[in-house]
Amino acid sequence: MIQVREQDATASNELIAFRLGEQEFCVDIMSVRDIRGWTQTTPLPHSSAYVKGVINLRGAVLPVVDLAARLGFDPAEPSARHVIIITQVGHQTIGLLVDAVSDILTVDSGAIQATPNVASDLARTFMKGVIAMEGRMISLIALDNVLTQNQAAGQGLLN
Amino acid sequence: MDTMAAIKQTFFQECEEQLTEMEEGLLMIEREEGDLETINAVFRAVHSIKGGAGAFGLDDLVRFAHTFETTLDGMRSGKLEITPQVVKLMLRSADVLSDLVRISRDGGEMDATRVAQMTEELSKAGGMAPAPAVQPAPAADFSFEPVAAGGDGAGVDEFGFAPVQISFDTLISEDVAAGAHRFEISFTPRPELYSKANDALRLLRELGRLGDMEVACDVAALPPLDEIDPEGAYLTWKIDLSTDADEKSVREIFEFVEFDCDLSIDVNVIGMDEESASQTVEAILAQVAAEEAAQSEAVLPLAVEPVSAPIEPAAALEPAPKTPVAANQQSQPAAQSAQQPGATIRVDLDRVDRLIDLVGELVINQSMLAQRVTEAGIARLSDVAVGLDDLEHLTREIQDSVMAIRAQPVRPIFQRMSRVVREVADMTGKSVRLVTEGENCEVDKTVIERLADPLTHMIRNAIDHGLEKPEDRVKAGKPEQGVVKMVAAHRSGRVVIEVSDDGAGINRAKVREIAVNKGIIEADAPLTDAEIDDLIFAPGFSTAATISDVSGRGVGMDVVRRSIQALGGRITISSRPGNGTTFSLSLPLTLAVLDGMVVTVAGQTLVVPLSAIVETLQPKAADVHGLGEKARVIAIRGSFIPLVDVGSVLSYRDEEADPLQGVAVMVETENQSQCALMVDGIIGQQQVVIKSLETNYGHVFGVAAATILGDGRVAVILDVDAIVAGSRSDVARADANRKRSAA
Repeated sequence: MIQVREQDATASNELIAFRLGEQEFCVDIMSVRDIRGWTQTTPLPHSSAYVKGVINLRGAVLPVVDLAARLGFDPAEPSARHVIIITQVGHQTIGLLVDAVSDILTVDSGAIQATPNVASDLARTFMKGVIAMEGRMISLIALDNVLTQNQAAGQGLLN
Repeated sequence: MDTMAAIKQTFFQECEEQLTEMEEGLLMIEREEGDLETINAVFRAVHSIKGGAGAFGLDDLVRFAHTFETTLDGMRSGKLEITPQVVKLMLRSADVLSDLVRISRDGGEMDATRVAQMTEELSKAGGMAPAPAVQPAPAADFSFEPVAAGGDGAGVDEFGFAPVQISFDTLISEDVAAGAHRFEISFTPRPELYSKANDALRLLRELGRLGDMEVACDVAALPPLDEIDPEGAYLTWKIDLSTDADEKSVREIFEFVEFDCDLSIDVNVIGMDEESASQTVEAILAQVAAEEAAQSEAVLPLAVEPVSAPIEPAAALEPAPKTPVAANQQSQPAAQSAQQPGATIRVDLDRVDRLIDLVGELVINQSMLAQRVTEAGIARLSDVAVGLDDLEHLTREIQDSVMAIRAQPVRPIFQRMSRVVREVADMTGKSVRLVTEGENCEVDKTVIERLADPLTHMIRNAIDHGLEKPEDRVKAGKPEQGVVKMVAAHRSGRVVIEVSDDGAGINRAKVREIAVNKGIIEADAPLTDAEIDDLIFAPGFSTAATISDVSGRGVGMDVVRRSIQALGGRITISSRPGNGTTFSLSLPLTLAVLDGMVVTVAGQTLVVPLSAIVETLQPKAADVHGLGEKARVIAIRGSFIPLVDVGSVLSYRDEEADPLQGVAVMVETENQSQCALMVDGIIGQQQVVIKSLETNYGHVFGVAAATILGDGRVAVILDVDAIVAGSRSDVARADANRKRSAA
């Protein structure tokens, strides 16, 4: 959370905002590669419940994470109205299943506040900070951890 | 620095090509198919390697290449008779040279004694003293530092530059005769010479090796310091060379720079009268003109630049050698056309792979489109459907062509094996001839690369275990020399490589005995001959009573089988007592696609690699038996084979499915055990494009890779070995359960 403050306070960030149930979240627009409608995924064996499976994006096979389930909400029941946000996380491309994309925001880095000190571990793991905007609270998702824990478990299975 | 690294990389790439050419040529000579041009080609290859190595300061390589080259030159000039022994020596030297190149590229230590020994043998064969450069630190003698040359300080200007007279005497070995020719050479490099990374010093050093040389540097053209262009060239060297080498050898040194310098070579044969000398010069000039004419006709890559056709040393001694010159003129263009290689370009492998990926997508897209059109109820004979058929045709053709880019002939690997044969034959004291067929058979580059180790091992085995000792062969009424044969051929979309020997065949009694001793089989196991032969692939099996240098390297045929299977291939063995053993490898042409059986399990579509499948069958109630708490086996032709429910191993379902409702796919795992995988149904066989799951996700237990089916959806390709192992291992299953409950 301190990292956020250390960034250039005057730099403006463009963020893509989306909804999961009643709450609003956002990710840095620079990490978004594509936004697609829901397509049927192919489930992977031994995967965590929040990994909906893999899809074919122009010849690449990439996993789709049910972000609601990942954040500890009820798993999504994907329908044609759901949206997959294709994001680049490090060297990996992963899809995030969300309810709907709502907005593109431009905010100053200074406007990103540290995540309030709440008890939920999940919240602290996946949120970089929160943004207050027009009476709404939008949480900024830290993409780095979305898949990592799953992979660690996958490796464990190997041995 | 990066540019330098890139140039160096190019140099090593070219080295590879030259090494191949060299070895090819030597093998041709060995088969007595070679002619003078073949020897020339070998010589040129070694010479080019030496030249490049010199530019990069790879001294060991230069030294050895030089000795090698000198001996080859002896062969070329007919001084060294071409006998099988000589050719063998050349081949072994070629091996040392390849090793030196490899070590220069990858780092590591070269066995210095081996190089020294080889150098000595080569020198002995060539009838000359060891290469002068081997003598300690002669390099100091070449340095053109402003040495105050004894007594001759007249030319010293204010910069300290002096026309230095350097004696190259120390470089010339004692044996070299006083020299039958005297060359007066004037050598003025132009700036281009230096800008092409050539070095006058290196050329002079080369020249010094030919004989007795005196060099004077003419600095007359050197402008005052403030007018000097740092990239200019101002020096002229006057060289007075006495040597028994002919003019060709002298000219050859300047081969690569002849267009970038002003060069004049005047030859005086010692003891020749003035008249005939001038005639010789005339002849030489005519030859130079002929060469230039020939070269302007065809622009050729550097490596095949024509070496000036030899003027017989004797011819130079005779007055008026006009006819030989005319003959040379004619023979040159002919030699060139024979040498002209097919037009090729070097392409980054990543680009090819990207193209292959894209074409894979195109194929998928095309089949998706076709499916949609069918779904839309468009008539099969409508224009759209017909157009789609054409599209399908085209896409398949594009796919095949693109795959062909990655395909390469197996020739290089076969050639590498000829080296293995030589080494192993030497080590075991057996006389072996390698016969190869079908070297032009093309396979995917990666397949070829990954074949090297298994094939090496098989060749070693064939010679070490397969072929009998020479005396035993004679006793058995066979020729003393054993034959190892490698044959490559395309068969129904796969490439089949056979490695066979004409040895004693597999000693089945001994194999059986060892297998029993090692606990691989029961003493009274009823085995057919083929099953006994197959025991060779069993893990931990090694027939050599003592571990020999050659094949007992800790890896057995089980490792060979595993690496072949990892390539999606199969290996089989057949042996006839007294007649030898044949291993046959059946390999896919490419690793980008895989032949698979598309099956359904718990509503999911999966792909089972066809290479693992033995057969499929519908289990009957009478054949399925319970074993213990949960395990089940199926009786097939009298043996009981474990049944594995793919759906539950992959945690697609919690309860095992009823085997009677599904289909059993019999698979063979890498450790030879058979297993029946239970699936719900079979959709069909299909060639699928392999896509990595690791790139964006990670390794998944039981899954080898993913693919994209015709409907655009992803399907996983099963890792058969992992699934069979997973079904056996309670740990893996418990882990899977824990995982599921955690989720």
